[in-house]
Amino acid sequence: MAAILKSIDLGKEYRLGGSTEPYQTLRESLKGLPGATVSRLRGQKPNRNTFWALKDVSFEVEPGEVVGVIGRNGAGKSTLLKLLTRVTEPTTGGFDLYGRVGSLLEVTAGFHPELTGRENIYLNGTILGMRHAEIRRHFDEIVEFAGIKRHLETPVKRYSSGMYSRLAFSVAAHLEAEILLVDEVLAVGDAAFQQKCVGKMGDVARGGRTVLLVSHNMNVINKLCNRVLVLSEGELVHDGSVQSGIDTYLCQESENVETTWGEDDTPGDDLVRLTRACVSDVGDTPRGVFDIQEAIQLEVEFTVQSTPEYPLAPNFRVFEPTGSCVFMSFDHPNHYEQPVYHRAGRYRSVCHIPGNLLAEGTYYVTACVSTRERRIPHVFVENAFSFRVHDTMQTGSARGTIYTGPFPGTFRPVLDWDHEVLQQSENSPACLTHS
Amino acid sequence: MSSIDRQRRMAMSLSNKSNSNTESPRNVGGSIALPLQPLVSVRADRRSWIDASQLWEFRELLWFLMVRDVKVRYKQAALGVVWVVLQPLTMMAVFSVIFSRLANIPTDGVPAPLFLFAGLLPWVYFSSAVANASNSLIGSASLVSKVYFPRMLLPSAAVGAALVDFAISAMLLAGLMLIYEQPISPQIILLLPLTVLLVLLVLAVGIVMSALNVKYRDVRYVIPFVLQVGMFITPVIFPLSFAPEKWRALFYLNPMTGIVSGIRAAVFGLDLPIAAMSSSVLITAVLLVVSVTVFRHMERTFADVI
Repeated sequence: MAAILKSIDLGKEYRLGGSTEPYQTLRESLKGLPGATVSRLRGQKPNRNTFWALKDVSFEVEPGEVVGVIGRNGAGKSTLLKLLTRVTEPTTGGFDLYGRVGSLLEVTAGFHPELTGRENIYLNGTILGMRHAEIRRHFDEIVEFAGIKRHLETPVKRYSSGMYSRLAFSVAAHLEAEILLVDEVLAVGDAAFQQKCVGKMGDVARGGRTVLLVSHNMNVINKLCNRVLVLSEGELVHDGSVQSGIDTYLCQESENVETTWGEDDTPGDDLVRLTRACVSDVGDTPRGVFDIQEAIQLEVEFTVQSTPEYPLAPNFRVFEPTGSCVFMSFDHPNHYEQPVYHRAGRYRSVCHIPGNLLAEGTYYVTACVSTRERRIPHVFVENAFSFRVHDTMQTGSARGTIYTGPFPGTFRPVLDWDHEVLQQSENSPACLTHS
Repeated sequence: MSSIDRQRRMAMSLSNKSNSNTESPRNVGGSIALPLQPLVSVRADRRSWIDASQLWEFRELLWFLMVRDVKVRYKQAALGVVWVVLQPLTMMAVFSVIFSRLANIPTDGVPAPLFLFAGLLPWVYFSSAVANASNSLIGSASLVSKVYFPRMLLPSAAVGAALVDFAISAMLLAGLMLIYEQPISPQIILLLPLTVLLVLLVLAVGIVMSALNVKYRDVRYVIPFVLQVGMFITPVIFPLSFAPEKWRALFYLNPMTGIVSGIRAAVFGLDLPIAAMSSSVLITAVLLVVSVTVFRHMERTFADVI
């Protein structure tokens, strides 16, 4: 069977520091020129601080396959899609596409706020690679799907953000492409529209089109894909069945118990910088796997650079693999009554999760330090770390010691029950009654 | 029909079929006719200088980007297109008072307002198109970093969109000539090739400047400054003959010299500045090649540095 997409030793190298200094000034370049020329003449490679976002990735996709691409943040998923959509060019290797590529990445990029909905449908469609005739053919469907019929002649800058992204998604979804690249766009719009999008994705997948789907949502991956690629630090570590792919990914995930940041790459803004985030046991030892009865500590260490005007509130959001938030918790919840003001300095906040609270499973933690009055997130690190909860079936857990089957629920608290006998038949066999 | 078009059509008919839900799910195992050659083949070590078939393929996008630029410019402006007319007319009025009446600069026997307007026509186009083109890439940063299309379309669209203003101004000039009862010479036919040359020159400058602007934001400050100075080292408000003899050679190095004085000579039937015009053609050709080469080289990292 011939492949519709063939990736051969695909690699992309980025210069470090590129994000903080996105462009040079002419003077810097000119200053560096003589040295660079001399070393190039001597056959030396310019001494650069680089990293490989993607390295030697080879795979083939056959027509009609729905392939999930999963991996941690920074594993190279987005880089892979960026290369395949040709937004950026590979450093090594290459790829061949035997069909037209449509992407549901960054669907709003081609919109111009001043133009009307109608004008934007044509402009954006053309940017995505549709022919004029093709757009005209699908025009009514696009409008219908986005549900913006009454606002067609309004400049899109007056649209609500929901309408805006619905229209963008709708245009992109109607591109007649044989290969479709999707990156978590299912997160646009309200619940009803998301449902519609998942439906559309399902249609697309069943319609025999080839789909590459990047997602952190294992439910979606499980439901739609028939094959999974797992990326880790730019390399392809798994290419095969969905279940073993998800397992590989989750295994990687749970290794991520502690993140520390150095001087130059610490996340945050002028006010607050994160230096460390980790999950640990009650003895302060970082650890990623816990018994269901154990207490778990979520820790965050941060530096405050200058005295903020408002009280700072470190907080954690804990997520299930499906992407739904299990809970969120703030430090100093009573700070309206008793505000805690941080001065410049280093701080550590620890959130204690009692034992027998979370059910078994993997949890992903987003670490955040924000100012609550203004809701400014100073630091927001998704997937800062993760941990797993196991039930080793010892006395004291809610499951008990015998039953091993499925046990629903996100929470697994040990709760007090009251029990009383309301009426009891004297004639019943003794084994059914409590004595 | 190019082979790409053929393949595209084939591929499209294929997807049409699979779109209609009446069919049972497609047999993944076999019957799909994939094109023999890949539609897209990307290799890190293989690049063409300019891909003409690809540019042709994206002609609709170039058109839509141009339409976008034109539409957006006069949206929510009460006077709208009137601005296109108002600007050069005001400049003409001011300059004819200052330079011809007060400074007494010769105008080759043509009424001063006409002379100035004919000079301003190509210059205003040059400066606005170059300014717009050089900002076109960074002005569409989100597009460049998120969607693929030949990047050269963005500066090209800006250059094309400015042609609308140019055409309106040209009609204005025709009207002024009627008012001043200026005779039309057969040389006016040269206006067409000279305009093409002007557009090519603007493309050359605009394309390379837009690329440099992505990496070196200095360009943003340099351009307005150079354009301001440029007006006075180009025979826009004075005839070429007004430039001192010993500086004349320097004027020839400026490709706009031949175009501006050429257009004026064509319109008013003056002696054609053959030397200046040939030099313009030559320099424009060289600039165009250099500009495209630089652009193609820098294009590789646009999405990463913009």
